[in-house]
Amino acid sequence: MSSTTLATLQPGDDATIVSIRAEEALHQRLLALGFRSGKHVTLVRKASFSGPLQVRIGTTDIMLRRTEATKITICKAGAGT
Amino acid sequence: MKRVALLGMPNTGKSTLFNRMTGGAARVGNWPGITVELLSGKILLGGDMVEIIDLPGIYDLHGYSDDEQVVRHFLHDNVPDLALVILNTTQIERQMSLLLQLSQLDLNVVVVLNMADEAKKFGISVDVAKMSSLLEMPIFLLSAKYGTGYQEVMHAITKALRYPTPGMAEELRSQLEKDKYIETEMSRVLKQTVQIPAQMSETLTEKLDRVMLHPWLGLPIFFGVMYLLFQGIFLFGQPLQSGVAGVFAWLRDNALTPITGGFPPLLQGLLLDGIYNGLATVAAFIPIIILFFVFMALVEDSGYLSRAAFLMDALMARLGLDGRGFVMMLMGFGCNVPALMGTRVMRSRAMRLLTMLVIPFSLCSARLQVFIFFTAALFAPKTAPLVVFSLYLFSFAAAILTALIFKRRFHSSEPFLLELPPYRFPTARQMALRSWMEVHHFLSRATKFIVAGVVLVWLLTHFPQSAAGSRADTLAGMIGGFFQPVFHPVGINEQLTIALIFGFVAKEIVIGALAVIYGLSGDVLSNAIGQQLDWVQAYSFMLFTLLYTPCLATVVTLQSESRQIKFTALALAWSLVLAWTVSFAFYQGARALGY
Repeated sequence: MSSTTLATLQPGDDATIVSIRAEEALHQRLLALGFRSGKHVTLVRKASFSGPLQVRIGTTDIMLRRTEATKITICKAGAGT
Repeated sequence: MKRVALLGMPNTGKSTLFNRMTGGAARVGNWPGITVELLSGKILLGGDMVEIIDLPGIYDLHGYSDDEQVVRHFLHDNVPDLALVILNTTQIERQMSLLLQLSQLDLNVVVVLNMADEAKKFGISVDVAKMSSLLEMPIFLLSAKYGTGYQEVMHAITKALRYPTPGMAEELRSQLEKDKYIETEMSRVLKQTVQIPAQMSETLTEKLDRVMLHPWLGLPIFFGVMYLLFQGIFLFGQPLQSGVAGVFAWLRDNALTPITGGFPPLLQGLLLDGIYNGLATVAAFIPIIILFFVFMALVEDSGYLSRAAFLMDALMARLGLDGRGFVMMLMGFGCNVPALMGTRVMRSRAMRLLTMLVIPFSLCSARLQVFIFFTAALFAPKTAPLVVFSLYLFSFAAAILTALIFKRRFHSSEPFLLELPPYRFPTARQMALRSWMEVHHFLSRATKFIVAGVVLVWLLTHFPQSAAGSRADTLAGMIGGFFQPVFHPVGINEQLTIALIFGFVAKEIVIGALAVIYGLSGDVLSNAIGQQLDWVQAYSFMLFTLLYTPCLATVVTLQSESRQIKFTALALAWSLVLAWTVSFAFYQGARALGY
């Protein structure tokens, strides 16, 4: 139901990745870092001054910019399906 | 000779294992098919010499970064007898994809699940025997940091090398397209062999990150940490430095002067005032270099550097750079050359070039020597560390200014993704090995550049012989005089001009050259300089030294990494223009204010 992008999450929010809409090179790299549809992702924190986001997938922490986060569609957990 | 290639993702402890295998006795070499240099070391295994090659860390074999292409071309043109694949056990669920990609190449493979110690702490357990049989590869648990499991791995390598390489890496690209197969195979193997606790307990890393990456406290803490590090280097390094200088002076007075007493005066002068004074002055900086790299290793290996990238990315994005660029700048505080080479991880050429334009303004350890020497000579012990810190601020300011001016020319919109590894405390062994390698590197540079440099300076300051007694008539005096119209307006005298010219080759020579020019060393030299110059001249000289071309090695690296003469020329010209302009503004400004 609540389908949105990774960029809208608040620190502490959990979500499931629905789809990734990125160009070939970025897509490849996101895959290598563990971003796949169906994977569980947690937003750990946001850097100040509109800096990057820190997200956790499994045991890996990854930082990415907000622009890249808007390319990842997610389904918020706990908001009903 | 058989060849073993080390392969793995970044942050898997690949280099730690490489250092353990080769004992730090690595050398840089060239390989067919690729234009970059790779570290390799030769070791004795089961009675035969085997060459170990450390390939760059890559996320996947068909990636688009320079490093990923390097690995692909290397495997294509230099099929190794054995690929030693290193995976990080704590992240095995995503690292397995690289292993499966490699397994399709029909290489002879031994797999190492590294960081077994950390995985144990996380509660991750791996059924190694079952994984080995499912993947049909020998697999071993290892802690490269502590050495647990190391003997078993070396034994397996020796055994695996007895068999000939099964396949050739032909049609590499076409074989690498089988993504679907890799995904299903990966989940099959992981499901059966790895157990990861559903909810992990809060780790130390999370607790630390809550403070270190705090929305408001993060940046102040970061600058505080940096300030303390450089204060620490100064505080501990300087007494050691004057101690070493004292020993060298004592040796000269009590041993060398009597021994060389019977030599012709010119030869004695060359040996003592030339080579010995120059080398002794430079050698006195070894304690500071060691301290500097111990601290750098601590920051680098602890995982704090990627946190710095996280904190600084917002600012860097506005400069047209990214957090990685900031990390490279920090690495540049050690030495600009590896920092320039580190920009290879950037895919966008524009961003890479912009980062490479900015890095040479990082105040490297060689320049730090010059500044420590001059601040000690001209400023009170209380203010000297502040003066050095102000030069670090100038270094950042020059980098920011350069990025702002050139960001339109080198515009890019490269995505920025970076892993944040858990905090790790480097072992004493790692730090010792690292600083030993840096000192070794420093000393080999010293023998190459500094001896030749100081001998040349001595010749220039003592010939023609008819000029004895009057400095202005020597070759050095003439060169210094020739450049005076340029350097007089920035307060740099003839002697310092010569030192600057030699500093173009390497900043390590600057102090050695001054020792030869003045015919003095250690504290006596710094007293002489302290009396001849005032602080405005000295600061202007330091600003110029900070901003103009760091060294010949940096220029060569700029060229070999950019492969564009126009870019190298731009970097050179810009740094010279900036150095002169800033020194001029400072010197004339300070004089106009009555200092």
